[in-house]
Amino acid sequence: MRTNDVILKTATQLVTFIIIIFSIYVFLAGHHNPGGGFIGGLMTAAAFILLGLAFDIETVKKIIPIDLKIITAIGLLIAVLTGIGAFVFDANFLSHTFGYFQLPLLGKTELATALLFDIGVYLVVIGVTLTIIFTIGEDQ
Amino acid sequence: MTVLHWATISPFLLAILIPFLYKYARPIHTGWFVLVLPLVLFIYFISFLPITSDGGVIEYSAPWVPSLGINFTVYIDGLSLLFLLLITGIGSLVVLYSIYYLSKKTERLHNFYVYLLMFMGAMLGVVISDNLIVLYTFWELTSLASSLLISYWYHRKKSTYGALKSMLITVFGGFAMLGGFSLLYLMTGTFSIREIISQVELVTSSSLFIPAMILILLGAFTKSAQFPFHIWLPDAMEAPTPVSAYLHSATMVKAGIYLVARLTPVFGGAAEWFWILSGIGLLTLCWGSISAVRQKDLKAILAFSTISQLGLIMCLLGLGSASLYFGYGTESTVYTTATLAAVFHLINHATFKGSLFMTAGIIDHETGTRDIRKLGGLMTIMPITFTVSLIGTASMAGLPPFNGFLSKEMFFTGVLNATELSIFNMQTWGMLFPVLAWIASVFTFLYCLIMFFKTFTGKFKPENYDVHVHEAPIGMLVSPIILGSLVIIFGLFPNLLAYTLIEPAMAAILPTLLGGDDVFKVHIYHWHGFNPELFMTIGVIVFGTILFLLMKKWAQTTIYLRERDPLNRVYDGTLSGLATGGNKLTSFYMTGSIRHYLIYIFSFLVLFIGFMFVRLNAFAFGGETAPITFFETAIAIVMVIAAIVVALARTRLTAIIGLGAVGYSLATFFVFFRAPDLALTQMVIETVSTVLFLLCFYHLPMFKQKFENVKFKLGNLMVSLGVGILVTMLAISSHNSKLFDSLKDYFVAASYDEAGGKNMVNVILVDFRGFDTLFEILVLGIAAIGIYSMIKLRLAKEEQ
Repeated sequence: MRTNDVILKTATQLVTFIIIIFSIYVFLAGHHNPGGGFIGGLMTAAAFILLGLAFDIETVKKIIPIDLKIITAIGLLIAVLTGIGAFVFDANFLSHTFGYFQLPLLGKTELATALLFDIGVYLVVIGVTLTIIFTIGEDQ
Repeated sequence: MTVLHWATISPFLLAILIPFLYKYARPIHTGWFVLVLPLVLFIYFISFLPITSDGGVIEYSAPWVPSLGINFTVYIDGLSLLFLLLITGIGSLVVLYSIYYLSKKTERLHNFYVYLLMFMGAMLGVVISDNLIVLYTFWELTSLASSLLISYWYHRKKSTYGALKSMLITVFGGFAMLGGFSLLYLMTGTFSIREIISQVELVTSSSLFIPAMILILLGAFTKSAQFPFHIWLPDAMEAPTPVSAYLHSATMVKAGIYLVARLTPVFGGAAEWFWILSGIGLLTLCWGSISAVRQKDLKAILAFSTISQLGLIMCLLGLGSASLYFGYGTESTVYTTATLAAVFHLINHATFKGSLFMTAGIIDHETGTRDIRKLGGLMTIMPITFTVSLIGTASMAGLPPFNGFLSKEMFFTGVLNATELSIFNMQTWGMLFPVLAWIASVFTFLYCLIMFFKTFTGKFKPENYDVHVHEAPIGMLVSPIILGSLVIIFGLFPNLLAYTLIEPAMAAILPTLLGGDDVFKVHIYHWHGFNPELFMTIGVIVFGTILFLLMKKWAQTTIYLRERDPLNRVYDGTLSGLATGGNKLTSFYMTGSIRHYLIYIFSFLVLFIGFMFVRLNAFAFGGETAPITFFETAIAIVMVIAAIVVALARTRLTAIIGLGAVGYSLATFFVFFRAPDLALTQMVIETVSTVLFLLCFYHLPMFKQKFENVKFKLGNLMVSLGVGILVTMLAISSHNSKLFDSLKDYFVAASYDEAGGKNMVNVILVDFRGFDTLFEILVLGIAAIGIYSMIKLRLAKEEQ
């Protein structure tokens, strides 16, 4: 009984990108400004939920080719590995460090190992949120 | 581990082999293999006789749990040796008897002998251990083995009933005893009986003296079937007869006697010990002998007779302990007669009761019944059984020249001496002892007559029996004949025992009465001249005979006809009352309703924390607070309205929207309290969870109209108000009683310098306290997988 909601679909196509870009910004800015892996992940998930509402879950699954549960697992693995990685440098579990590097294009940039951990959080949050929503959504 | 240690546990080791012997040596009755062990042990223990009769002791220690002072110490003195010889000697005879009693074709012999050996080992351990904890361990093993043996024919309902009863009662006493042992340890700091006796003044001066004494006596009384714990013994008669003969007459029921005798040096001399022992003993003696008269079953008569004789021994031990009050001297020697009588009667009882049980077993085995109303006229058919029974019964009744006569005379001497005691209020109550003892003896005589004459005299009626009645095979008769001979030998030459067994045993029970190298000089005479004891015995015989002759007059009274002990009703009532009571209690509060459980939890929270609040006077109001702004007030009002809407909502949608409103107001609060990360997260989470709510609840049916009574709702209201008020008070009070500065200054200072981040919240989450975050994302992952599997697995099930 779905009607032809062109406006919604068109708007979604535009807005989704904005949301995703904003969420990635929030995620990357987390170390110095409000934001971080958790909020970034939630926002990215929200973008996909919007896609799912405007189109359907199949479309979203086409866009995300990997199983959502695997994304969650990868996120957890990254988070744990960043902790274990500290052992290589003879430091305690989950010790973080940071440094300033001269990168092409970006110039002098701060790179922190905490960001790697945050990537793990980001992926887990996306995976978890979408798994829950889509599992329940599919169970009609 | 010395040879003695190995000897003590050798029955357990042999028990391991029994099933194999049973399986691979089928043609030979398993009992023959078992018989070797107690015989060897008996001979081995006899070799200690010269040592103990010279007043020597044997002591070896093997560490078990040395850090707790628990060592497997074997200690042999006169008292232990007496019991060791009883256990192994009667053990051998019982095993021999059981070989003929239990058929190798129809019975599960491997079970029987494993239990019997387990019991024998446990019993040896009880009497040989010097360490209280080791003693307790073996003590419980005897309870366990006894229950297993009682329920040997486990398909019979009565057997399992009796086993359960004996288990419950003796284990109850065992636990109490463990408590008493622990108190002794508290007082003296050692588990060794030797060392406790050497520091006995620590015990007698302690305030724990009475509790320890009562707890230990509970153990001894339950095991030795003293009033009112005697009710398990008649029901234990469902066991095979060799078991009854061994456990419930000669050995296990004497474990309590042993314990009392063993601890007499610790507790003896106190008025409470004297009164409890002799009082309960006397009561048990009377109760047992009077109840025995009412029994119609041979083994039941013997069971109550055992109870009454154990009461007699217990009473004598109590009377004998009075001598400890006086200490070493000539004055006390008069009262040691009681102890002498106790030890002597202990031996005598083991011999004649063992033989009587065995003859009762023979009668049961050969006639198929033990009911004295059916039996009769067996004298000529079973002449040997008849002779042995005559000897045993006469000894039990206290007739000369058998050993029972001697110990009964001494018993009368003991109680008569007690009347002359000048301590413990005995001037007032002392006369009760000889009177009650005499009455009990009359009844003892009476049931002996009944048991003997109803079985063997009268007319033989073949129609009463299902089987052809004949004399038992010689193998079955050997054991009772040996015991019967012992009855006569001990009766004619009592001084055989005096120097070898009784004197060392008395020295062990009353060690403080002996100065230096003294030993008790015991000499037992048959003829004391015309003294009160003799006249009492004559009176017993005359009155007993009169009562027996008049039996037709009182045999139809209801008291005589009722066989069950009235105390059984208390036991049964307690047991079923506990079961139904427990059931009722559980079904009263375990309603299965989560609402009720939540009410319990919240009520406990409110009452407990509220009580502590009031008790510690923890209220703290009026501390420093920040000024309240207009926006905060406005958001708070919105939040409260939304919350009330949720509580009063009639449809789900309203409730969900109300909840959303609460969530967004909270996010606004975060904005005003300058928590941008929280505000962002709260906003997105609220949105996502509202979506989830809508998704889920869309499929649910409408609210059901619940007809709850007003009272229940009022209760809910009270509980929720209580929780609300409590938490508010808690928050305010804890806000106003901060004891230390917060850690925030460190985070403010270190977040950029050490972690390179300007967003403090994020730095704490991923760096300073990343460990928490790691597990929070794990929680999220588990939740997702949980939801996924719940939904998918349910579908898979439906498809099947």
